[in-house]
Amino acid sequence: MKHVKILGTGCRNCQTTLSLVEEVARAQGVEIELEKVDQIQDIMQYRLMATPGVVIDEEVVHAGGVPDRKKIERWFAPSA
Amino acid sequence: MNPTVTTEPQRLAPWLVGLPIAAALWVLSYTHLTELADLAIAGLGLTRTTQFGEAVHFFLYDTPKVLLLLTGIVFLMGVIQTFFAPERTRALLAGRRLGVGNALAASLGIVTPFCSCSAVPLFIGFVSAGVPLGVTFSFLIAAPMVNEVALALLLGLFGWKVALLYLGLGLLVAIVAGLVIGELKMERHLEDWVRAIHLGEATAASGSDQRWPERLHAGLRHVREIVGRVWPYVLVGIGLGALIHGYVPEDFMAAFMGRDVWWAVPTAVVLGVPMYTNAAGIIPIVEALIGKGAALGTTLAFMMSVIALSAPEMLILRKVLKWPLIATFVAVVATGILLVGYVFNFVL
Repeated sequence: MKHVKILGTGCRNCQTTLSLVEEVARAQGVEIELEKVDQIQDIMQYRLMATPGVVIDEEVVHAGGVPDRKKIERWFAPSA
Repeated sequence: MNPTVTTEPQRLAPWLVGLPIAAALWVLSYTHLTELADLAIAGLGLTRTTQFGEAVHFFLYDTPKVLLLLTGIVFLMGVIQTFFAPERTRALLAGRRLGVGNALAASLGIVTPFCSCSAVPLFIGFVSAGVPLGVTFSFLIAAPMVNEVALALLLGLFGWKVALLYLGLGLLVAIVAGLVIGELKMERHLEDWVRAIHLGEATAASGSDQRWPERLHAGLRHVREIVGRVWPYVLVGIGLGALIHGYVPEDFMAAFMGRDVWWAVPTAVVLGVPMYTNAAGIIPIVEALIGKGAALGTTLAFMMSVIALSAPEMLILRKVLKWPLIATFVAVVATGILLVGYVFNFVL
């Protein structure tokens, strides 16, 4: 199971990202544990400069703007 | 769903065909806006001699014009922004001295992708990497104030002279305000936890090695995101503008927003602070008011205040700045906007 964190202080883009990630993961049948990180102190620990950010298993995979659907699909694609 | 499509490269060929066609269509429609509006008016059985007809004509002419400009400029901006990831901008600004640094920061504020919900991470990212506080503020003031939506609307509704003036004065306010804040040496008014962060490297720069198809695609995405979000505001704004245009008597605004009313500029600035609409909604209304005798300087000051000094954004900044620094920020920017308003009203 992948541990996914959505970093963002609660703007519209962050919410869109959250639901998009949830949707894509479900569509691909990948089980994820989704966590919302909205405290700025916690967000800054990941050292990104633009929100929303996406962290998978403690690795920053995206920062700034809503990620592309294709990009998200890649994160959850079964590793060959 | 299909793991084989994961890398799917964007191809250039469709762009080489599609882009010129789109550009040609764009120019064709843009150069025939009056004819189209006239046709539509005639088709509706109205004439411009009635108040209602005039209002409808105004709406049918301005809406496509502004939306066309908005789409064009936002697309270009989306492409340009792929060259300026925040990480790159920060690298360009780190260690710069006041002066040159402020001018550079304000200019980069226009082309670096920025959304006000990212203001805090960006602020910390800059300061912690050694970008001076004053330079950071120049960026933070210019980025929202001189944005592509405001410029597109000003260009569409006021013409290139006003758009250029707004651009120049917006940059000037950002540069000077950043300089003043830098000179005041207010670093100790950052929240303690912010000062404690000293990161060398942030996450890897995204997008600096993109190829053209990806950049063009980013432009398209930018259009979908920005125009998709602001078009209702444009419609409502132009709709209200059309009503004002058709029904409010000439010189109606001169009494309280004219250039001879000395208190109009400060009032406009104060009124602008609690407002947090985007430029898309406010500019069409402002244009109609000017047609009724409101002075340009007063109106520009109001716009800048709405966009650059918003109460919600200050609440976000409060997480990283202590009150004295926020108060200074507001005071310095407000003074700058006031001066802009007066200069416009009395010199032009």
